[in-house]
Amino acid sequence: MNHNLPVLTLTFPLLAAFAVNLLGKISKKHVAPWTLASLALSAAASLLVLAEVLKNGTFTYTVGGWRAPYGIELVLDPLSALMLVLVSWVALIATCSALPSIKKEMPGREHLFFSLYLILISGMMGLVITGDAFNLYVLLEITSITTYGLIAMGKGRAPLSSFNYIIMGTVGACFYLLGVGYLYLVTGTLNMADIASALPSFHESPTIATAFCFLMVGLWIKMAFFPLHGWLPNAYSHAPAGASVLIAPLMTKVTVYLMIRVIFSIFSPQYAFLAHPRIQTLIVWAAVVAIVAASLIALSQRDLVKMLTYVVIAEVGYMVGGVWLGNEKGLTGAVFHIVNDALMTLCFFLVASAILYRLGSARFENLHQLFRKMPLTLAVLVVGALSVVGVPPTCGFFSKWYLLLGGIEAGHYGFVAALIFSSLVNAVLFFRVLEIAFSVNHDETDGEELPVRADAPAAMIPSLLIVALALLAIGFQAGPFISQVIRLAVPAL
Amino acid sequence: MDGWLADLVSKYNYWIYVVLMMIGFYAMIRKNNLVKKLIGMNIFQTAIILFYISMGAKRGGGIPIVDKAAGLAGAIRASDIVNPLPHVLMLTAIVVSVSVTGVALAVMLKIYKGYGSIDEDQILERIKKS
Repeated sequence: MNHNLPVLTLTFPLLAAFAVNLLGKISKKHVAPWTLASLALSAAASLLVLAEVLKNGTFTYTVGGWRAPYGIELVLDPLSALMLVLVSWVALIATCSALPSIKKEMPGREHLFFSLYLILISGMMGLVITGDAFNLYVLLEITSITTYGLIAMGKGRAPLSSFNYIIMGTVGACFYLLGVGYLYLVTGTLNMADIASALPSFHESPTIATAFCFLMVGLWIKMAFFPLHGWLPNAYSHAPAGASVLIAPLMTKVTVYLMIRVIFSIFSPQYAFLAHPRIQTLIVWAAVVAIVAASLIALSQRDLVKMLTYVVIAEVGYMVGGVWLGNEKGLTGAVFHIVNDALMTLCFFLVASAILYRLGSARFENLHQLFRKMPLTLAVLVVGALSVVGVPPTCGFFSKWYLLLGGIEAGHYGFVAALIFSSLVNAVLFFRVLEIAFSVNHDETDGEELPVRADAPAAMIPSLLIVALALLAIGFQAGPFISQVIRLAVPAL
Repeated sequence: MDGWLADLVSKYNYWIYVVLMMIGFYAMIRKNNLVKKLIGMNIFQTAIILFYISMGAKRGGGIPIVDKAAGLAGAIRASDIVNPLPHVLMLTAIVVSVSVTGVALAVMLKIYKGYGSIDEDQILERIKKS
């Protein structure tokens, strides 16, 4: 295997970003092939990296030959390799749908959109594999700044939502930076493994506790953990459909992964979970509140995309709660749920972007008779809905099952109840959408002929089908997938 | 009381960083004018830069350019020179802060073109009307 594969994975989209920008000025024809080719290459490279890591175990890559702890190293362990595969494949599938939808939404400016879009993707790939705490901050800001730009390209209120996100996102990143500062003050290094080896002798120090709090709160703001979620619904629902189809599935999930990374690679589970059991319980309760509150707010929405954003926030509660249960089952559930939730959210936002492409709005009153207009899109939505509710053959069931087992093992029945409650609310949410889609609005269609069938554009159909199949395939193969990939990826407690 | 006061005075740079941060926070939360919010954000970031700079500084520390031979021979004491690493990190943080400000200003320009105002209350009022 080529030794440089991990760094190549994130270089392809980065270089393509510049090519798209320059060549796109000459002709818009260059945008699609460059974008897709670079993402396909990095998707293939990421699979090779994962195969290598699963076969030969963790390896590190020294960037530019500067040895750690002085230089930046990329750490490829099963978890980060899995995330790399997830990011590159979700990005590839999302792009197939983003290309037509951006062509329609902002004709003539595709090359600008896609150069930011590609930089965002390579930023996220960097985030999941970096082994340096300060480098992580820089990459966090690269992904955030590109996201601000992508969201602000939307119509209407999008710039205002983007501005609120800029303020909140910067506070989050600054908190993270402060946390890193306190860690540096004590340990004198920025390399994650190096910090981790120096930390145990400082466990009693209040400086370390301060650092831990700042890091956690900073990441919670970035992942929209419930009371800190204010920026997310508007930002994601006002963004161009082609942008939210990439940002919504990946950004929150990557940040949850970063939380796991901070807890396990910088600190230790002993420090985070065992030293302060009260705080651990408190955070799981915060996750319970997040799940219940976000589910209830989702119920009151009258717009499909807005509703989906609150579903995303509730799912963040699942994963934070699962990690903080502090046992192996909960953690397995959380890691598995990162994969599943990325695919489910991708599925929903692909459907939403197809609906927006055809109808221009996803408000519930526009969705009547959708099953006649877009049967295939709706079938994919049904698969996604079954998965998010947690009906057995789909993958959502299995991760939720592990989260439930983890909750029972930890004796945290509030979390178990919240998971069941949120599944029921999800059932109500999506059956309501389906009911509207299957019903006829009598006020409008009096005497009119039946609506014509106009399904998702041909370019969007492959990604819709792939993601629906992936949800089912992971569900059917959940046993081998958990035992051969997820188990290895879950950090040791 | 005396020890508390001595603590305050000897670590005054850290107290300034906390005060600056709170000023930035206040502006971001309380001000309606988007430009003022943005300035609050900048003050907030500057506070963190001050924190890092204080971290590397030493009383009586010299510039961190040393003779290679002396360095290899172990003749340089770490307490004689300031730690350059936090300062270098802050160069990156300044770049990040400038880019965020640039994006925020561009977005604000778009808001102004859309609503003819940069006052949050007025913008929300205009959104309600339309």
